[in-house]
Amino acid sequence: MVSQDTMHEPALRVEPAAEGGWEGMVADLSADRQAFRDVPWGKAMMWIFLLSDTFIFGCFLTSYMTVRMSTTVPWPNPSEVFALTIAGTHVPLLLIAIMTFVLISSSGTMAMAVNFAYRRQRGATAALMLATAVLGATFVGMQAFEWSKLIEEGVRPWGNPMGAAQFGSTFFMITGFHGFHVTVGVIYLLVVAFKVRRGDYERRGNYQIVEIAGLYWHFVDLVWVFIFALFYLW
Amino acid sequence: MAHAETQQHPISTYFKVWGILFVLSALSYMVDFFQVQGYARWFLIILFMMLKAGLIVAVFMHLQWERLALRCAILVPPLSLLVLVALMALEADYVHLTRVLFLGG
Repeated sequence: MVSQDTMHEPALRVEPAAEGGWEGMVADLSADRQAFRDVPWGKAMMWIFLLSDTFIFGCFLTSYMTVRMSTTVPWPNPSEVFALTIAGTHVPLLLIAIMTFVLISSSGTMAMAVNFAYRRQRGATAALMLATAVLGATFVGMQAFEWSKLIEEGVRPWGNPMGAAQFGSTFFMITGFHGFHVTVGVIYLLVVAFKVRRGDYERRGNYQIVEIAGLYWHFVDLVWVFIFALFYLW
Repeated sequence: MAHAETQQHPISTYFKVWGILFVLSALSYMVDFFQVQGYARWFLIILFMMLKAGLIVAVFMHLQWERLALRCAILVPPLSLLVLVALMALEADYVHLTRVLFLGG
């Protein structure tokens, strides 16, 4: 690791802000004090956004727990609801398992894209990001298939034929919000991949944006780990 | 400006973690496939979930190589969700009880 002290000169001595009120507050909060050393602002902001997103999904999953614990009607068995029948064989949760593997693979390709970006291999970076976006789009496609299958079976946000009515509302809310995140991520990755290929970051000499986009993508995968465990397996 | 702080790690690290994530996903799927029930199911699901989440955050998101200030800023606040979960679990138990008592289940 590079020595921190040689890279960062001691902080400038900032005169205490004399003014009060709003200007004083702005001066206090922006007085050239850096909390996250070695972290570019873009990356710090992405982390803080992801932290806020953690709370959104945390609230969704907690409310799912609340309605599932408090209902007196039996909860539909996810293992049965999400089973597929392939060539006459009944396989539980097959589609969800495939979706999990697809999303983990996309996380792997994204991690390698970040690695190649810092080696300044533009072609490989753009190709790996494109592969990530394709895997992400595949995931969304399979989710659309799953949704239409459930809607066909009569699952609605206000009720379903298998059991507790809350199953539908939490399912559509949680997977819908996650699917929306994946969709936005695919678009984000495609834009960044296009700019990598065009050489925008080569000219600037700064490939941080690939890592920042990667953080978002890994987060989407991370949320799926929790949804898979708590909603589908529980 | 030189970016000496860029995250550069051997590519084999990512392949290893990728492989482990695949195995852990397969294992958590097996929990359902072989219909493990009761406390063993809860324990295994939570165990595999936390291992996968930890690997993604630590290696793929590079958090283990960041400074402690950032690690704490990201990892400590979500712990407050545990308080919310505990409170809502109590609340859900209570609502369930009143439903059974007054609505006849």
